[in-house]
Amino acid sequence: MGSDATGRTTFFDSVDDVLARLGEVGYLASTAVATTVFLADRLGKPLLVEGPAGVGKTELARAVAEATHAGLVRLQCYEGIDEARALYEWNHAKQLLRIQASQGQDWDATRDDVFSEEFLLTRPLLTAIRRDEPTVLLVDETDKADVEVEGLLLEVLGDFQVTVPELGTITATQRPFTLLTSNATRELSEALKRRCLFLHLDFPDAELERRIVASRVPQLGEALAEELVRIIGVLRGLDLRKAPSVSETIDWARTLVALGLDTLDDDAVRRSLGVVLKHRADLVKASSELRLN
Amino acid sequence: MTATTPERGLPAHLVDFVQALRRHHVDVGPGETVDAAAVMAEIDLLRREQLREGLAAALLRRSGQRQTFDALFELWWPLGQGAALGEVALPYSEDGSVDVDALRDLLAELLVDGDTAALSELARAVVDGLGALGAGRGPGSGGSGGEGRDGQGGPPSGFSSYQALNSVKPETLLARVLAELRTRRQADAADSPFAEEVARRETRARIAEFRRMVQGETTRRGSEIRGREAAARTGVRRQAEQTDFLSAGADTLADLRRRVAPLGRHLATRLAARRRRAHRGPIDMRRTLRRSMSTGGVPVNLVHRRPRPGRPELVLLCDVSGSVAGFSHFTMMLVQALREQFSRIRIFCFVDGCVEVTDLFTPGADLAGILTEVHSRRGLVAWSGHSDYGRAFERFADRWPDAVTDRSSLLVLGDARTNHQDPGLGVLGAVVARARHAHWLNPEPQRQWGTGDSAAIEYGRVMPMHECRTAAQLAGVVGGLLPV
Repeated sequence: MGSDATGRTTFFDSVDDVLARLGEVGYLASTAVATTVFLADRLGKPLLVEGPAGVGKTELARAVAEATHAGLVRLQCYEGIDEARALYEWNHAKQLLRIQASQGQDWDATRDDVFSEEFLLTRPLLTAIRRDEPTVLLVDETDKADVEVEGLLLEVLGDFQVTVPELGTITATQRPFTLLTSNATRELSEALKRRCLFLHLDFPDAELERRIVASRVPQLGEALAEELVRIIGVLRGLDLRKAPSVSETIDWARTLVALGLDTLDDDAVRRSLGVVLKHRADLVKASSELRLN
Repeated sequence: MTATTPERGLPAHLVDFVQALRRHHVDVGPGETVDAAAVMAEIDLLRREQLREGLAAALLRRSGQRQTFDALFELWWPLGQGAALGEVALPYSEDGSVDVDALRDLLAELLVDGDTAALSELARAVVDGLGALGAGRGPGSGGSGGEGRDGQGGPPSGFSSYQALNSVKPETLLARVLAELRTRRQADAADSPFAEEVARRETRARIAEFRRMVQGETTRRGSEIRGREAAARTGVRRQAEQTDFLSAGADTLADLRRRVAPLGRHLATRLAARRRRAHRGPIDMRRTLRRSMSTGGVPVNLVHRRPRPGRPELVLLCDVSGSVAGFSHFTMMLVQALREQFSRIRIFCFVDGCVEVTDLFTPGADLAGILTEVHSRRGLVAWSGHSDYGRAFERFADRWPDAVTDRSSLLVLGDARTNHQDPGLGVLGAVVARARHAHWLNPEPQRQWGTGDSAAIEYGRVMPMHECRTAAQLAGVVGGLLPV
């Protein structure tokens, strides 16, 4: 762990360092991933990762946290998430108890007391900012949240500080390494994108995917893994509703191991294709176009 | 970094590059340019792939821009100057000309192996040896390395991927590569149509990749002769928005886009606001307790949870027949803008059949490409290729009965000219009855409604119809739609 010009500690020394250390924890990164992770770390900017489901966006955050021995703080976005779930809220029930317990006490003292740290419930964003240890903050599926939450993220990710009216402004002592993911179901606002480095994480090339399969499912033979990746590549070329991604490739490899198959003949493919293609229409289409029937 | 930019330095070169991106309508702000400069300070500039990814991370904001970026990157940060040949060399026959048969053997071998690195080296050699036009053309003009070219005639006046590919004809190698793969396969497994089909598709993809490599290399070599700017103008595929669908000038289109893009968001917030004040949800314990603090902890006023701002669902039905061709780009632009704002949107296009095309509208996708793609979808044209609203609506209601529900808003875009066929009012009426809102946007002037084969008046009784000929009118319609 080194430090940059402003004295902030950084996680990585070089792009190769990123590649090596992510590799150690089992995440095989492409040049694109390693370069952007390195830059996000060096420049202290959040990294926005966009791409289809199942290519390892969330996994990347986990791997970075593990490789750098940092704590992972995760904010899962969903429809209707608000400040109280993302940032902080006051523990009202506890505050009430406190007030009732101190009947007859001076009001000023009580007021100062109930709006103190003890009654603050920190949610992921505030937690990440207040942590003193190295932290990886993962904002997952940002596109699922409503537009108003983006405004909140802007404020937090811009300066890494949060203002709680009763407590004052809390500034991050350690800027967390921030990773936002998005499935691009809707376009995020221009303002948010401008604050981030952008990485489009796509399906890996055949060579990298073979290595991923080999590292995740080592029981699968090399020849079979190669065959598997070839077929996946062809399936991605078809016009399917949901193209198979890396997680499906790995699932398929595990299935083949579990079934004890050592060759990928027509019958094996026919039996296990459901692991890869999750829509019935896709299955039908792939079978007919690839003459599986 | 390259021979043409030394005295102005790296920052100036970066700014040049950014300006080229802007000319290709990739919006890059000064902030991003500063980021890119910071990236260049952090990264090892000799590692070209890292530089490419680093600049992309700083400069791009959506995935659809990557293609343009890559093409321009190749021109502004080229792999090298001149032939830049690798280890794969072209075979030459005795009289000094390129031995095309041997070359094809070599290519077939590489295609069988699927060796991408070697293929790209071969592509470079092919452009050098077979793609050169003009003075430098001739036996061995490329040679292996630089010396061959210096010896023979002048430098080439240009490079042609057409000429290079025409002599190699990679497509015709398909059968041969497949036969080779088949014999390899038979060694260990039984033959099957499936394996054959996989091999065929894979080989086809590799050949297409090789073509792309040759074309990319042609652009790079050409840029050394004609200059980057010229190469960028002709060699880099334009991004969506400026392809001329119709007579509208570039400025008009740009203006249109500026006006249409915010409309999507506008419509989305309108729908959201409407739902938010819809009705009360269950009791919110937290907020009730908080409010009870003013009454000494006795919950006097109950606070209800706000209804979850569910996502608006939008169903679009677009006429893409010949009679509304001029309107199509407009439709596509609007659809694209809406697609970026709504996560639950389904897009259908019809002529006299009906197809779902939601998957085509990915962020930043090429609009011209989408339109071509839409027209090549099977099922769009069922019979004559003239619009038949009745049949199209029937097919829509038949195939996707679950598309329109009581939570969805339905938008129909079309001129309501039915070619004197049955307008299918009954079917449409049933769909409209199910939808929460339904609106029809018609690109024809209102005074022409109901004339000739127009069924606009009849449709107008089933669902509200709005005249929508210009961007301004569209803004008005969207503003007036769904009053809060």
